[in-house]
Amino acid sequence: MSEIIRRDPRREWIARNRLHPDNAAVLAALGVNRAGGAVSEWMGPSGVVRKDPRAIGFIGPNGVKRIDRSGLQQGGQATATTTAARDSRRTVTIDQPAFLVAVVPDLTGGRLSGHDKDLLGLARRVADADAEQPGAVVAILFGEHKEEALGEAGIDRVVHLDDEFYAGFAPEARLAALSAVEREMTPRFWLLPDSPLGGADLGRRLALRLGERAATGVWQVEADNEASLGWRCTARGGAGSLDIQRPLPRVALALAECAEPVDETRHAAEHLTLTASIPTTLSRIEDLGQVAVDPAGVALAEAEFILSGGNGVKQWDAFHHAAKVLGATEGASRVAVDDGFMARDRQVGATGTWVTARVYMAVGISGAIQHLQGIQRCDKVVAINLDPGCDIIKRADLAVIGDSTQILAALVAMVEQQRGGQRDAA
Amino acid sequence: MQPDLQQKQQQQGIDVAVLVSIGRHPTTGRARRAEQDARGLELALAIEAELPGTRISMLHAGSQDDSSEAALRGYLGMGLESMTLLEQPEGSDAILALVEHLAATSPQLVITGARAERGEGSGLLPYALAEHLGWPLVNSLASVEKVENGVVTLLQALPRGQRRRLKVRLPAIISVDEAAPVARQSAFGPARRATFAITTTTSEADSELAQWHLAPARKRPKRLKIVKAASARDRFKAAASKSEGKGGQVLTDVTPEQGAEAIYKLLKEEDVLR
Repeated sequence: MSEIIRRDPRREWIARNRLHPDNAAVLAALGVNRAGGAVSEWMGPSGVVRKDPRAIGFIGPNGVKRIDRSGLQQGGQATATTTAARDSRRTVTIDQPAFLVAVVPDLTGGRLSGHDKDLLGLARRVADADAEQPGAVVAILFGEHKEEALGEAGIDRVVHLDDEFYAGFAPEARLAALSAVEREMTPRFWLLPDSPLGGADLGRRLALRLGERAATGVWQVEADNEASLGWRCTARGGAGSLDIQRPLPRVALALAECAEPVDETRHAAEHLTLTASIPTTLSRIEDLGQVAVDPAGVALAEAEFILSGGNGVKQWDAFHHAAKVLGATEGASRVAVDDGFMARDRQVGATGTWVTARVYMAVGISGAIQHLQGIQRCDKVVAINLDPGCDIIKRADLAVIGDSTQILAALVAMVEQQRGGQRDAA
Repeated sequence: MQPDLQQKQQQQGIDVAVLVSIGRHPTTGRARRAEQDARGLELALAIEAELPGTRISMLHAGSQDDSSEAALRGYLGMGLESMTLLEQPEGSDAILALVEHLAATSPQLVITGARAERGEGSGLLPYALAEHLGWPLVNSLASVEKVENGVVTLLQALPRGQRRRLKVRLPAIISVDEAAPVARQSAFGPARRATFAITTTTSEADSELAQWHLAPARKRPKRLKIVKAASARDRFKAAASKSEGKGGQVLTDVTPEQGAEAIYKLLKEEDVLR
């Protein structure tokens, strides 16, 4: 073809005339693609950049045209779907790790807790210190878990030990498994959360088994060339009254917020199996299971499961019965307390108790901002309410719109029926 | 009660060793009886009340001076007539001395606090004893339910006020923290009258601890909310907008049974129904 740019005035005229029947076809021929959203800029026939000001921006939720000049918007329809779907995290795979950093997360309730994620962030820092020779983070998980995004927390390899004898309080079996991992992989560091009845217990046992003097209560780790393993740590000692600076030993038990959790990279979370079988140990500790504790005696701030009632609860006897059957600690909103249905020490919210329950069930509570503040740290919120537009519905993970009395009665019946069935089976 | 039955119960009593340390008052820094160790002694006294014939021996490894003696008398005032002091110079490793003594006297139950209030306070000592002696260890104890036929039934405290029942074969080590019952008051008179049995032991200086740098605890920096935004629009949104809900499931127009079933499923998944 010749270099000369030839113009077709008629086609250009049709392209300018949006009401012309051939407008779409001509625009397509000119390279302006209307079908998948208009292109706001294109090279004109004479080599000049042409702009279509109508194609810029999008129609906002209120029907007003909005123009976003941040560069994210390329004209056409709102691109909310594309921005949400785009994942900017870098995928990292480490095939030949120079060394391993073993992490034993607590997996409270089958999920990585915030403490576990901080610890994995610390493990990542230690593993990635030398970009030339990165190490891999191995997570050793005991029991079943519900975590799907292990790689997003910074885990390269996973050793999942799912046998039933690791369930409950089984420090001896878990220690035997960790010793097997030590023999097979010999990680450079063992990092555990210093949390009561999780890593604090297991980590100390492991340290003594490996003959290491563990650093406990570690809250800061810095590179240090003079230390034997290249790191120095600051640990809390003397019942929280001392800061101990020492070289980082092979086994370290870290406090929460010891490092930032991983959020910029995604890792492989490749499953590994141990080749050698783990020797079974005869346990001298027998776990007889959890004891039923009176839920009313548990402090509201540390209760695991709270059933909270508000202004929408009309039959308080049924509410108390439901709490008893479900085994939940009772809470209340301010209105219910002010009206005298519940005691003042049961009030949840900014002026009452800030609760940390794993499951918080709000019955007939609309969700005043003070109440929502009080339940900030709850994991799962279930709401039963008549009004689908109230604030607690926005916060809730599961919201059921309907009459609270009937729903609670149905729930109680269901739980009682299931318990009865289990007793028959056993 | 018949005399032979009483005698039988006398024989059922066990040997309990309670390990105590010198505590540190959190504000004044003065020596006192350590909070957790005192709870451990309280637990031992509770076992003695349950099981007549139980012998409690209290042990402390450390140097002997005026302030530490006053602190140790705080324990003695809880109802003991004497205690054993394994004398060591300041800054030596208590583990070896304790292991030696415990192996020689072989008590059936050793009760310790979870961690010391001064020095390193790493909480490794009970674990070190368990590893050296080869005895099982249970941490975070709430109460001892019963002792029979060389097996002790315990209640372990779990987070969130929960309890777990465990059966442990004796001899065993148990460690106690804030979940155990509060220690009784110390009586001044009995504390003055109580005596120390002082034993000198082999001691080895803790050279590793001497190399570390110890400083009063600094306040930990508060974690900042880090906003990683590529554009001004994202930064503005992060600063100005209130956090949107993650968009939970909303069930409208369902029968109470369907709603209850959805809730039941979530409660089962979260494993809060017992």
